[in-house]
Amino acid sequence: MSTIEERVKKIVIEQLGVKEDEVTANASFVDDLGADSLDTVELVMALEEEFETEIPDEEAEKITTVQQAVDYIKAHTKD
Amino acid sequence: MSNTLQGDIALVTGASRGIGAAIADELAAMGATVIGTATSENGAKAIDERLTANGGHGRVLDVTDGAAVEALIDAIAKEFGAVSVLVNNAGITRDQLLMRMKDEDWQAIIDTNLTSVYRTSKAVMRGMMKAKKGRIISIASVIGLTGNPGQANYAAAKAGIIAFSKSLAREIGSRGITVNVVAPGFIDTDMTRALPEESKQALLGQIALGRLGEASDIAKAVGFLASPAAAYITGETLHVNGGMYMP
Repeated sequence: MSTIEERVKKIVIEQLGVKEDEVTANASFVDDLGADSLDTVELVMALEEEFETEIPDEEAEKITTVQQAVDYIKAHTKD
Repeated sequence: MSNTLQGDIALVTGASRGIGAAIADELAAMGATVIGTATSENGAKAIDERLTANGGHGRVLDVTDGAAVEALIDAIAKEFGAVSVLVNNAGITRDQLLMRMKDEDWQAIIDTNLTSVYRTSKAVMRGMMKAKKGRIISIASVIGLTGNPGQANYAAAKAGIIAFSKSLAREIGSRGITVNVVAPGFIDTDMTRALPEESKQALLGQIALGRLGEASDIAKAVGFLASPAAAYITGETLHVNGGMYMP
């Protein structure tokens, strides 16, 4: 079973088409990983599906880095 | 163009009669699994019976009911697969000179003819983004470009569809989704049969081809935009009006 960090990282790599070593905890999706606004929407969609949760729009806007995504998932999923 | 839509799931709103019925038939003939909607049980049943030979289905939907739109699109995804072709066709008229127009006449047209396009398009977005392909085709009207006395509400809604589609085309083009509009001219349907004879004659005089269009003329244009042949066309308005208006 992969950790939440690993699963988030995998999704970021797939969605944004970036290399694994670029996806550091503090990497910003937009500034460091080259995501545009539509990419970030898709990323949130993919996270929702992977972790079977719904991320409200106002929360989704605050998720701008890999670490913030991990923290959000940890705080809002059961296991 | 047979079988070019094999494997596609097409949702056509307002498919029980007129242009919508012709579009549903055309897309079904092209091989798509078509789900046509009507506001009444009887309408949905009629669609079901008409499309069943081609594997299509009728469903009840009030396009002004946001929750119902989402529920239907979820149900289609579960039963048939995610919608890959959306045709926004449902529309009504409430013609009235502006000085006599009631707020309800304005609001009903905006809700049914324009806000519905926003709702259905938004609801199919997730599935199309995931698939990285999709076709959204909305039916506007020549009136949305020329204007028409007594139709300020209808013209505003139809012009709104065109501007909405251009914006959405720019938003999601990078995901392989095209967004286009077909703007019918004067087509022989229940809607235009309700017009007074006088205005009908006046309109006919402006049509280069000298006749009303058929619902199937619109359906063929929609079929083209839905097909792989139109893959490089987006944000476009296709005018199918017999030369009544040439932008």
